[in-house]
Amino acid sequence: MNLEATNLVFEVMPRFEGYAYPNEATPHPLWTVLIVLYPYITGLVAGAFIMASLVRVFNVRALEPVYRLSLLTAFAFLICAPLPLLLHLGQPQRCFQVMITPHLTSPMAIFGFVYAWYLMAVLLLELWFDYRKDFVHWARQTPGWRGLLYRVLTLGVDDVSPRAVRLDERLGHALSVIGIPSAFLLHGYVGFIFGSVKANPWWGNVLMPIIFIMSAMVSGIALCVLVYMVLQWARRLEIDIRCLDTMAMFLFYALVLDAGIEGLDWIHRVYSAEEGFQIMQSMTQEKLFYTLNVGQALLGTAVPLAVLGVLQLARRRIPDIWRKRVCFFSALLIMLGVLAMRWNVVIGGQMFSKSLRGIMSYKMEFAGLEGWFMSGVLFCLPFVLLIMLIKLFLPKEPVLSGQTLPLREPAESCATI
Amino acid sequence: MKRKWNRRGLLGSIGAAVTGLLALPVGRAAKAAVQKVLVSTSAPRGYDPTKHKWQMAIDVNRCIGCGHCVEACKKENHVPEGPYYRTWIERYVIAKPETGTGKARGKTWVDSPSGGMRGFPELPIPEEDVLHTFFVPKLCNLCEHSACVQVCPVGATFDAPDGAVLIDPNYCIGCGFCIQACPYGCRFMNPLTKTAEKCTLCYHRITRGLKPACVEVCPTQTRVFGDLRNPTPDDPLEEFYRRNKVQVLKPHLGTEPRVLYAGIDKEVS
Repeated sequence: MNLEATNLVFEVMPRFEGYAYPNEATPHPLWTVLIVLYPYITGLVAGAFIMASLVRVFNVRALEPVYRLSLLTAFAFLICAPLPLLLHLGQPQRCFQVMITPHLTSPMAIFGFVYAWYLMAVLLLELWFDYRKDFVHWARQTPGWRGLLYRVLTLGVDDVSPRAVRLDERLGHALSVIGIPSAFLLHGYVGFIFGSVKANPWWGNVLMPIIFIMSAMVSGIALCVLVYMVLQWARRLEIDIRCLDTMAMFLFYALVLDAGIEGLDWIHRVYSAEEGFQIMQSMTQEKLFYTLNVGQALLGTAVPLAVLGVLQLARRRIPDIWRKRVCFFSALLIMLGVLAMRWNVVIGGQMFSKSLRGIMSYKMEFAGLEGWFMSGVLFCLPFVLLIMLIKLFLPKEPVLSGQTLPLREPAESCATI
Repeated sequence: MKRKWNRRGLLGSIGAAVTGLLALPVGRAAKAAVQKVLVSTSAPRGYDPTKHKWQMAIDVNRCIGCGHCVEACKKENHVPEGPYYRTWIERYVIAKPETGTGKARGKTWVDSPSGGMRGFPELPIPEEDVLHTFFVPKLCNLCEHSACVQVCPVGATFDAPDGAVLIDPNYCIGCGFCIQACPYGCRFMNPLTKTAEKCTLCYHRITRGLKPACVEVCPTQTRVFGDLRNPTPDDPLEEFYRRNKVQVLKPHLGTEPRVLYAGIDKEVS
């Protein structure tokens, strides 16, 4: 907004205490809430995919009820992941230059390739191999446009002989194995974008990619817990308590690792007290007090850690209904905590001047491309997409991975008729 | 495993090394040719960037904080109104230490209202309490290892062979990564073009044999500018290096700035 025009209506308070380089004294930080959303959404993708891999690669059978749901969640969020980035670019129509002429020393240049690889070579392929036999089945059973859609999605491969299905499974398994490092790459590189900025002591940190990966896993698993519980509630279906307990267990262990690494980062920062430490200290006590200490550390980490920890120790003594409630609210808190973490990294890193002599403030607008409303819409978009995907590809009857639906070979069908 | 050398292997290695060496200038020429076609700069046709090495030096002891350089830069380069500066002046005011505190220096105040373009207000403390005060002109530091060039995802910002760090406004995607990566706060997002912008040493002027606008208008010759590849008989840069001990800003970051300062204090960041 034009500052001169704004000043006619009300006086704009200076955004700084102390000194900031004149180019930093803009009405808003350069990277705003859209850039907060971007790592948040990619983190959810990576985490949800890791959740699905637990079934495929690590053979955690208890999680089978959420296998496909996790994959679809990862897919819905991955489709929406580049939107905040695109909307934030000054010249979005030039975005393809990142793919056509990537400058290979830039971590951001890797984005297009990592994204394309993850979407095209990992997630879409894995989904296709996993769903192909069901597509064939549904194409035969479903009339109308949905049947046509399933037929198109078979890509003309309608061989559902045991040999072909076994090949699908084997390829799907191989893709899952490739998918785990790819998920780490997808989110690790987002962490590296921030970690590589040596000009900013809040960001420039060797642990940043690992912190991002760990928090991605935590937030992705928490999202799967929430989506699963809400879906079962919406469909009036019973929650598989064994599955929920297993998810809570993995959530707890991932959170322990995440909290451990983030704690190590802070211990290192406080102990080494390098350049900019004083300004960081005052930020944690003032500008980021609520989002860092209360949102991220207390509500997003300590409380779920304690509650889920108790759940691990005394699982059998706690009634099912309470376990469900504890899981739901822990997952919700973790999701909010990781969002607060992204906020603290992205916005926190721009709340002090690179002269290390001034602190800025930031108040989000409601309207506008970088306001509350738009970010809310962008965050709701993957959920809308997920609902559509669930309606189309996740029928109410449980479909277990590797388990063939009551499907007949074409020859057999003819014989029966 | 220890490698066994024989005549054929040795000759092969030497041949590969020689071919590599011969290919190097060919590769460079090809790169320069491609850049000539693809990269748009404001240099006139016929300007050869490999025949120059531009350098800027700042003698802080001479600066009076008049702000003419900032104003000239804004006008010359059509820098938008508001908090957008290709160059600016900072004022440092260092107070005397309070007696009995055991400190060598007192509190430091830094300001740059409107980039110093309209001068500076009264001192924040009484004159008798001031230990030291001085003005520091700032601009793109023309780093040897520019963080901004390193992080640009499309190569829109680049090191020109003549020492200038330039941005191709027709290629910049406006992601802002370079602005975040610059440790000196020299870059900004132009609100009109929505692309990154910074000091180019007035590339459209220096490539036509003129001085940058800020150097041209400086009344005290604080800003010293020259061409290291084509020194003049009374070269101001040579004189500057002969007379001063020089420093760079934020040397610990390893960017190796090519803008050199004489007379700055430890408080300058």
